[in-house]
Amino acid sequence: MNHSDATTPGKGRILILACGALAHEILALTQTNGWDHLDLTCLPANLHNTPDHIPGAVEQAVEKHRDAYEQIFVAYADCGTGGRLQTLCDRLGVEMIRGPHCYSFFEGNEAFEQRADGEIDVFYLTDFLTRQFDAFVIKPLGLDRHPELRDMYFAHYTRLVYQAQTNDPALDEMAQAAAKRLGLTYERRFTGYGDLATALADLG
Amino acid sequence: MSDEDDIILSELNDEELTLQMHDDLYDGLKEEIEEAVNILLERGWEPYDVLTTALVAGMTIVGKDFRDGILFVPEVLLAANAMKGGMAILKPLLAETGAPRMGKMVIGTVKGDIHDIGKNLVSMMMEGAGFEVVDLGINNAVEAYLDALESEQPDILGMSALLTTTMPYMKVVIDTMVEKGIRDDYTVLVGGAPLNEEFGKAIGADSYCRDAAVAVETAKEYMARKHNQLAG
Repeated sequence: MNHSDATTPGKGRILILACGALAHEILALTQTNGWDHLDLTCLPANLHNTPDHIPGAVEQAVEKHRDAYEQIFVAYADCGTGGRLQTLCDRLGVEMIRGPHCYSFFEGNEAFEQRADGEIDVFYLTDFLTRQFDAFVIKPLGLDRHPELRDMYFAHYTRLVYQAQTNDPALDEMAQAAAKRLGLTYERRFTGYGDLATALADLG
Repeated sequence: MSDEDDIILSELNDEELTLQMHDDLYDGLKEEIEEAVNILLERGWEPYDVLTTALVAGMTIVGKDFRDGILFVPEVLLAANAMKGGMAILKPLLAETGAPRMGKMVIGTVKGDIHDIGKNLVSMMMEGAGFEVVDLGINNAVEAYLDALESEQPDILGMSALLTTTMPYMKVVIDTMVEKGIRDDYTVLVGGAPLNEEFGKAIGADSYCRDAAVAVETAKEYMARKHNQLAG
């Protein structure tokens, strides 16, 4: 398993080109399951906040690494690219994760879709976003400097659902604190790795 | 900064004050904007001139710097909040003084989507540009749009979506307008982070607008075309 930099190939035949927000989870899956045929390289997780830049960054990385691998798998869902990432992957001949975003595939795309109508006022956190709540939510939204902006962002939200990939009481506590800070009611929902696990299991 | 360095807005001449308002908008200083709007009005400025010369011009600078990646969403929201403060003072006065009216727009976020930051910016900038705006808010089903089109008789319908999962609903609204034979009665503008020009065309909108400034310019162009057609 090679995580640090795929420019130095690991043992794997398949490269997972992932959002940095999934690195921890993908490593956990590959290590637990002994998937030595999978190497991992990540793009910066903060692309999450600028979806427009995701397709370009993915294309560049695929071109950079494709000669060194039999297959590249893009571990992104649509992630706010409005279908552009799927179009790109089709053009490049690589596969990606099905679904609109990680909140959906962690829960399982079908289950998420069934709940979707009743959850339009839900703000989701994953394990990653809970750990990085300040860096990926509070600071980019300017709420550290201007807490008065809270209502402009969150007035229509009522709940925060923490989609837990792991059972970690410390993360549960942090997610609860995040809900309190945003003025939202709190729910913890254990999802595990959902469709991410099945997508990776299907590789090679 | 010491107290001696503080700028006394009322001591600035008109030109200095409007430039200072551009700076204050840029910095999101709502109270300063409200104070300056009142000063200009006390000096006999027409509300419409305060709106365009001070607020809209200032917000246009903010919009350009946002587009160029110099400003980010929090700063734009603070600027918008400051402009909103100024608009609240001017709005009743604009109605009284008969400011030029560019046209009328009904706007709303589509069904299943509660995001309204972009829509609110568009509404505000459209109002600043002299459009009457009827804002339907968030999570609008096709019926809400159709009812508003019938009751408000706008020139333009604006739809917004932030989610890849909700943006296809715009097509549902447009297709229903086509079915009812009213599609060509309105200019349909769409916007939102995951959209692009290709999507706008594919669903049958007149234009995709990538930001509030583009929405205003596009709306003005369509209104000019409409007037030309009527004149012709």
